[in-house]
Amino acid sequence: MSTTTSTAGGIDRDDLARLAEHWDEPRSLRAWFTTVDHKKIGRRYLVTAGFFFALAGLSALVMRTQLARPEAGVLSPDEYNQLFTMHGTAMIFLFATPMLFGFGNFLVPLMIGSRDMAFPRLNAFGYWVFLFAGLFMWASLPFGAAPNNGWFAYAPLNQEQHNPGLHMDVYALGLLFLGISTTSGAINFIVTALKLRAPGMSLNRVPLFVWAIVATAFMVVFALPALNADNAMLFLDRRFGTHFFDPGGGGNVLLWQHLFWIFGHPDVYIIVMPGLGIVSAVLPAFTRRGVVGYPLIVLAIVAISIVSFGVWVHHMFATGLPQLSYSFFSAASTIITIPSGIQIFAWLATMLLGRLVLRTPLLFVIGFIVTFVLGGFTGAMFALTPFDQQVTDSYFVVAHFHYVLLGGALFPILAGIYYWLPKITGRMYHEGLARWAFWLFFIGMHVTFFPMHLIGLFGMPRRVYTYRGGLGWDVGNLISTIGAYLLAVSLLLTLIGVVHAVRRGRPAPADPWEGDTLEWSAASPPEPYNFPVIPRVHSLHPTWDERTAESTTTGATEDRILSEGRRTLFTSELDARSERAAEMPEPSFKPLVLAGALLVFFISMLLAWYPIAIAAVVTVAATLAAWLWPVRRPDEELGVAS
Amino acid sequence: MLPLLCGLLLLASCSGGSPSALNPAGTGAARVNGLWWLLFWTSVAVFAEVMALLAWALVFRRGAARVRHGQPLRFVVILGAGLPFVILVAVYGVALRDLAALGAGPGRDPLTVEVIGHQWWWEVRYAGRSGATANEIHIPVGERVKVRLRTDDVLHSFWVPQLMPKTDLISGETRETWLEARQAGSYRGQCAEYCGTQHAHMAFLVVAQPRADFDAFLTRLDAPARAPQTDAERRGQQAFVQGTCAACHTVRGTGAQGRVGPDLSNVGSRWSIGAGAVPNDAGHLGGWIANSQSVKPGNAMPPQPVDAARLPDLIAYLRSLE
Repeated sequence: MSTTTSTAGGIDRDDLARLAEHWDEPRSLRAWFTTVDHKKIGRRYLVTAGFFFALAGLSALVMRTQLARPEAGVLSPDEYNQLFTMHGTAMIFLFATPMLFGFGNFLVPLMIGSRDMAFPRLNAFGYWVFLFAGLFMWASLPFGAAPNNGWFAYAPLNQEQHNPGLHMDVYALGLLFLGISTTSGAINFIVTALKLRAPGMSLNRVPLFVWAIVATAFMVVFALPALNADNAMLFLDRRFGTHFFDPGGGGNVLLWQHLFWIFGHPDVYIIVMPGLGIVSAVLPAFTRRGVVGYPLIVLAIVAISIVSFGVWVHHMFATGLPQLSYSFFSAASTIITIPSGIQIFAWLATMLLGRLVLRTPLLFVIGFIVTFVLGGFTGAMFALTPFDQQVTDSYFVVAHFHYVLLGGALFPILAGIYYWLPKITGRMYHEGLARWAFWLFFIGMHVTFFPMHLIGLFGMPRRVYTYRGGLGWDVGNLISTIGAYLLAVSLLLTLIGVVHAVRRGRPAPADPWEGDTLEWSAASPPEPYNFPVIPRVHSLHPTWDERTAESTTTGATEDRILSEGRRTLFTSELDARSERAAEMPEPSFKPLVLAGALLVFFISMLLAWYPIAIAAVVTVAATLAAWLWPVRRPDEELGVAS
Repeated sequence: MLPLLCGLLLLASCSGGSPSALNPAGTGAARVNGLWWLLFWTSVAVFAEVMALLAWALVFRRGAARVRHGQPLRFVVILGAGLPFVILVAVYGVALRDLAALGAGPGRDPLTVEVIGHQWWWEVRYAGRSGATANEIHIPVGERVKVRLRTDDVLHSFWVPQLMPKTDLISGETRETWLEARQAGSYRGQCAEYCGTQHAHMAFLVVAQPRADFDAFLTRLDAPARAPQTDAERRGQQAFVQGTCAACHTVRGTGAQGRVGPDLSNVGSRWSIGAGAVPNDAGHLGGWIANSQSVKPGNAMPPQPVDAARLPDLIAYLRSLE
């Protein structure tokens, strides 16, 4: 651990000692289970999501092996159907969003100059719930009871009479359980970004990554209830004999699709938006200038997060709804590509006017642009109803969304891993190894997914566990499988690179890239309190701004040192004017206990142990009561004292 | 990448066996094919523009000096919003016209085919005809035929890439689409909505034939199935009607009137067994009768305890049903 013990200006050794006393956590098992430090929680999110990614990726590799040639027998149909469902469900729900929430958790407080998230215990709770929900879903696979109905689980195949066993109960309960984590995380991001920004960081100086995370969080808050309602009704149908989705009992199967996609299309942007935020965060350091068109990009982010709620029917263009509604949703789906176009050209302009430093994070950003633009083209094609009706549910759509999701999320995530590894671990990565990983990933990505466009156009439907030879699909499938193995090697190299950096990497300076945002003015890795002095922000690029550096050294003032307790600063929502110091909570077991009780509840609901479920509900209520019991707050925090 | 793409596209359009949407034989698919090539070449042009800008930056803008913070907003707005807007409005207009054309449907009193989706096969009936067939839809070439789609269980999707884009089969509702083949021939279709264990084996064939051949097909559809001619066929028929087969399958003009599985009155002339699972020949037929679960695991037909001596008779009988 590097330490910044240099004292200058307004902060002295006593302040630092007091800060350490209030914020340091001992290295003990107890501290491991009780921590509320956003950096530790962020790291856990990254590692856990990485683990689920490996499981979902290996599932894909097994499936590609099965599809390498026609009529292969590597997997039985039931095994294949569980694997493709778990692959999609885990990549969407257990990898993409939690991974990006992990970056958000680690970075948002650092980027806005805060000492923690607004609700640190809620943050810890969100992580435990994510971990437990992920294990809950994956644990069903060894029992042969994993979800088996595709990640969007259409009715009525998700009903008990068509799909007996626990498969879809695991799906419904697992996603309801996970939704608690995602929702609490989203609320935390919104409040953190609105209330905890460093003084002077008015809304027009908020880093684009933070804008992206907040817009994502708002989408989560509005989109997830639709999915939760869907899954609650599904579980009631399956377990308690309601008929929401059973046409035989007066239910409607399309209700499932509408609710699912009212969540599901915003979810595409929930996944991609933070990725685009990472791109905007990485570019300044490697183009040696700020991103072009900050207000345009913010407008684009806000526009996408609103319009994304008006395009869901393009997932249902083949269901036979009225043509008039098709033409409306087709228009909305066409228009939503424009904000993405603005962002792409803003980044291109940034590169054209900047000076490129071709390190690995920038390589991944360039790979992102190439891939995401291609995914965007096919996306615009899917907005056009007649073309959509021809290629939806074929391998063309599989190609399309892998271009969007690998392009829009995985390339940026890899760029972010290499970019922030020095900040997160305090170690530099091996550049040569990283470049190999990039090139293998870039090539592997296109070798795997480009042929899928073609075999889709040639008539191959998605979600088939095998296919007949001689239909024009053999060569494309074989090439695609080879690409999948290249991807696996590249990701293995990335893993080796990260482990190598943590074990053997040379110590990272605080600001190895000369980045522009505040996390680079903290130590690498940051102190438990992030900033000895909460900086004052004067511009969009605070770390490039001498006034900000001055505000933490000679210009440090008592109201931004706050060493009298475990404190950070509240500021106003729009202009980030100092309001008051806020006492931050201590480590606690309660988040873990609450998440554990919920796990018991969901397991006992799954296995129909209802008395235990009731006991779990009582535990949840008791823990919540203890957690929320009012504590005596100091007067100054209540705003009574001046 | 582009040459690779074009090469593969050419290769595919040459191979006759592929149910390729890029090798359309029907009015609907031909329209979408035209839209596809418009979208494809537009994408190629815009992609070339983006790649050129990226290449320019990579070649001419290397270095490490901090630079001035110019804000070329006009560049971003024109290339990132203005140009895409013009292109998107244009292709949206074309697509709207195509959507209307696909929705136009056949005229009054068209020939109507009823297609009913089952896990995992297609039941095919003709309006006003009593007979049924399975996994094979005969239509007259050059005529616009109405297709009414229903499902007996879960969602399926009706897709013949060379003739017509998809229409889903919705549980509890009826959907309509149409087919019009411009050339006589056989066009492969397949279920495109995931429908359970054997979604992979739910294919069908659309056979477009001259009107006279089609009329002959329709006439046969109402008539009793071909009567057995040889001793083996007669023994096979007896085994079929008196055994377990008749509980689920129909053969017109016999005592076999089961409605669970496909009507087998013309099974001998069909293109496949098990909705595209295996070719329709004596060997595969025998294997299917003995234990179809090893061919298409999960399908509704249990393994049949057929006397080994009777199996060749059964095969001979079923093969004779044309």
